Amino acid sequence: MLTIKDLQAKVEDKDILKGLNLDIKPGEVHAIMGPNGAGKSTLGNVLSGREGYEVTGGSVQFLGKDLLDMEPEERAREGLFLAFQYPVEIPGVSNLEFLKASVDAVREHRGQEPMDSVSFMKLAREKCKAVNLDQNFLKRGVNEGFSGGEKKRNEIMQMMLLEPSVCILDETDSGLDIDALQVVADGVNSQRSPDRSFIVVTHYQRLLDYIVPDYVHVLAGGKIVKSGGKELALELEEKGYSWIDEEVA
Amino acid sequence: MTEAVNQTFDYAAQAAQFAQQTAGPAWLNSLKSDGVEAFAKHAWPTRKTEHWKYTNLSALTKANFAQAAPANSADLSEADAKPLFDIEGLDAAQLVFVNGTFSESLSSDFSALNASGTVEVVRFSQASEAQQQVIAAQLGSITVNEQHMFSALNAGQLEDGVFIRFVKNTKTEQPVQVVHLTTAQDQAFSVNARLLVVSETGSQGVVVESFVSDEASQTALVNSLTECKLQDNAKLFHYRLQLEQEDIIHLGGMHVEQQASSQLESFHVGLGSKVKRVDIVVNHEGSGAHCDLKGVYLPQNNQHIDYHTCIEHKVPHCTTDEVFRGIIADQAKAVFNGRIHIHPDAQKTLAELNNRNLLLSNKAEINTKPELEIYADDVRCAHGATIAQLDEKAMSYMLSRGISRQEAEVMLSFGFINELLDGLEHHPIQEKLRPILAGLFDKGPLGKDESLTRHIV
Repeated sequence: MLTIKDLQAKVEDKDILKGLNLDIKPGEVHAIMGPNGAGKSTLGNVLSGREGYEVTGGSVQFLGKDLLDMEPEERAREGLFLAFQYPVEIPGVSNLEFLKASVDAVREHRGQEPMDSVSFMKLAREKCKAVNLDQNFLKRGVNEGFSGGEKKRNEIMQMMLLEPSVCILDETDSGLDIDALQVVADGVNSQRSPDRSFIVVTHYQRLLDYIVPDYVHVLAGGKIVKSGGKELALELEEKGYSWIDEEVA
Repeated sequence: MTEAVNQTFDYAAQAAQFAQQTAGPAWLNSLKSDGVEAFAKHAWPTRKTEHWKYTNLSALTKANFAQAAPANSADLSEADAKPLFDIEGLDAAQLVFVNGTFSESLSSDFSALNASGTVEVVRFSQASEAQQQVIAAQLGSITVNEQHMFSALNAGQLEDGVFIRFVKNTKTEQPVQVVHLTTAQDQAFSVNARLLVVSETGSQGVVVESFVSDEASQTALVNSLTECKLQDNAKLFHYRLQLEQEDIIHLGGMHVEQQASSQLESFHVGLGSKVKRVDIVVNHEGSGAHCDLKGVYLPQNNQHIDYHTCIEHKVPHCTTDEVFRGIIADQAKAVFNGRIHIHPDAQKTLAELNNRNLLLSNKAEINTKPELEIYADDVRCAHGATIAQLDEKAMSYMLSRGISRQEAEVMLSFGFINELLDGLEHHPIQEKLRPILAGLFDKGPLGKDESLTRHIV
């Protein structure tokens, strides 16, 4: 589904990813863990095509197409979704219209008719309920004045509406208390399916108690340095990341 | 227009002459002659005139504007006229002027509203003796003709006007809407509009000023002057919607006097036009007064718009919250000059002025200048003026959700002004303005593209 080969990327002339390999099959959940500054967030940003991230080598195949050749909006329409670590506030643009604009864009790309406003409203309300967000959040500006947890739930709601093939969750657990974490994890788990894959980027093992991964990878120094099953996350939690450095060295 | 292309007109001389030909009620004659006199003392603005540095008035010399609209030009069917200014759901009582002439048929019947005892609405020409006394005492007492050339001219050319009085200690729910509608004519002409609002002690009311036109290329010069007096504890919601077609020339003023603990909430919207200039002056004369002044302007093509605001804090404990935002597209030009003057006695003043501008093309131009003059030491006063392009982070976020760059640009630009629309107390006005303003953004690379605005209204 998503095949990353020898991916290298830099931000402001600094090499961050230095030959990253990852192969994700349909239905799999991959956790990416690692110390701060290892390039975890860069991976999500590079895959989503964010400006300022320059790919200097390697390839990414997404559903048989060259992902790196696509504009950011095309990637989204093709079914790649990034849940942001720091979702952006956009005052003056209503959350509902923003959600409808993105759903319409994706539907149009799939050759479907745009949804009428009434059906969309109904659907959006349903999804609000699923992530335990009050319906009033639909009327407010995008993420405007939302708490950290509300922003993250809004991200998960967008994911539910867009029904992507590959979801990248960039430190979605940061800043969440246990209750909020549970809501977010339930949302993600409800979306797990044989044809949808997840990349869960996190610094802490905690989230993986709720979203149980098939594979855990350790990203350090811009590469995957160790891969394993879910038990690797527990080992990292216990021992920290320093032993990885030693092992790699 | 019938005038030869290269002919030029001495507008100042002709306007002064035209003022002599106009006739208002006799009891306003002294105001008229004072206006003529004050106008004559003003030097015609040039680039060196500080207050007119960025706004050129040469358009006034291109045709003979110093004449009234042709007779019968006010005849307009209700079906054609109403959609231009009706605000669905607002249920406003309307006074409608077409090309400067009052239209009985387009206006509401005010007898019921006047009988309610909370408000009095009357044209100067119809005023009773008691009303004449109030009007004569107040009219021209807030604006300073010596400082505002076109206020002076407005007085000089005065024929009629509207007087609204919100009665002491009462609340008037129904908004009063004063409409000036202009239509395209074969000749240039002037419209002289005058409004006086007196909000008596403890009263509350809503006034909507609408300036609209038909779609055809306009030939009018509108000189509109509004004076509002808010007595102690009065609250006035005021909207000034300048939505005329782009060939209009509009020179307008709004001058306010606020007495103790009065509250003004004033919202302005200006589409660009050939020349549009609005001077807003608020005088805090009684302590504890609050002024909330918001506005948006959106010139495009070759349009020009200029807002000059001046808040005079003369007494202690008054507050001002002023926010203006502009979106300037194409080769359009905008001017914003925001002055806050805190006099020596005005201790404990809280005043904020914020002006943000979004330039949508590299040929668009904005001249913005906050001017703070502070002569008291115990005050809090902040100002900010910024000129920006669209927020890249917000853009990236929208792209990452599959929204096209073009649509995202439209949504973000509209969002920039929609923030202020969202804050309006009267929702029907929000709903009236949104599609009109959104309609300015449907220009795709291949012409009109309504799909770009489908998610903003």
